[in-house]
Amino acid sequence: MTAATDKSVFWTGLRDGLPFVFMVVPFAVLFGVVAIDAGLSLAQTLGFTILVIAGAAQFAAVQLMLDNAAIGFVLLAALAVNMRMAMYSAALVPYLGAAPLWQRALVSYLNFDQSYMMSIAKFEEKPEMSVPDRTAYFLGVATAIAPLWCVATLVGAVVGKAIPEAFAIDFVLPIAFLSMVAPMLRTLAHVAAAFVSIVVSMLLIGLPSGSGLLIAALCAMIAGVTVESWKARARA
Amino acid sequence: MTYTTSEIWLIIGLLAAGTFAIRFSFLGLIGDREMPPIVLRMLRYTPVAVLPGMVARLVFWPAATGGQPDLVRIVAAIAAVAFAYRTKKVLWGMGAGVVTFYAGLWITGLL
Repeated sequence: MTAATDKSVFWTGLRDGLPFVFMVVPFAVLFGVVAIDAGLSLAQTLGFTILVIAGAAQFAAVQLMLDNAAIGFVLLAALAVNMRMAMYSAALVPYLGAAPLWQRALVSYLNFDQSYMMSIAKFEEKPEMSVPDRTAYFLGVATAIAPLWCVATLVGAVVGKAIPEAFAIDFVLPIAFLSMVAPMLRTLAHVAAAFVSIVVSMLLIGLPSGSGLLIAALCAMIAGVTVESWKARARA
Repeated sequence: MTYTTSEIWLIIGLLAAGTFAIRFSFLGLIGDREMPPIVLRMLRYTPVAVLPGMVARLVFWPAATGGQPDLVRIVAAIAAVAFAYRTKKVLWGMGAGVVTFYAGLWITGLL
């Protein structure tokens, strides 16, 4: 694989990642606003965004810190929110497992919802892609998102207090995630998985933040696989 | 918030290390070794298994309304799903959802 090919694949990834700017920027601005409002310093707010680089977990951590929760509990809740990324990490192994260690470390650092979902969809669609091309594509998508994530957090932290509460910026996140999931509902098995995920997470809503979601996700994956094998047997 | 500065940095540091460990787990440590087929099949459903559950509470019991179900948010969520599903385009769903949401807030603000 030539360097030129890598480069063009990188730019394709960058272009494919650009639409996510519309969801990432408001979300990052919101984190900046919330974190400063909660009493974090500018450096701490940026520390969260650059070092942790996981939106939902950052919000969960700040929320628990506002309640003055024990440090261990803050960590546990935020890491539980991030456990889904273990599944992302595992899902990337068949596609990127053969890449050099430093590239896998870089991909791991940048493995968040948007970069993962965009890339895995591309890898499934084009199984003929080489491992260097896949890495370049993933890093392209992440490059469209990660720097803006940091800059927008800074903007939120500096000027965010001017955003009126009536603007209800909180709802940008659910709308974006729903828009990402809907096109994936290609089969009955996918629909069943999504349905089980919603029902179980609602039933477990009283559990500590993130842990109910983990159980719901596990049930949903089992539901998806079960429906898939039913359909396969019905066809056989 | 009653944490000391060093406690806050401790939280940030441990959270960063823990999050990277989670992300690096399979890709970094297990590498290109064979995975059981059942695991691979389950992982195919990861996005549709995780995200709807994450969003459900935000749609039905949003913190912004003090946990009360809000018709505007539910209708906007339905619009986002419907448009994204029909067009197979993430941005169309987001556009429909956002427009519906702010139109809904504006209308209910008038009423």
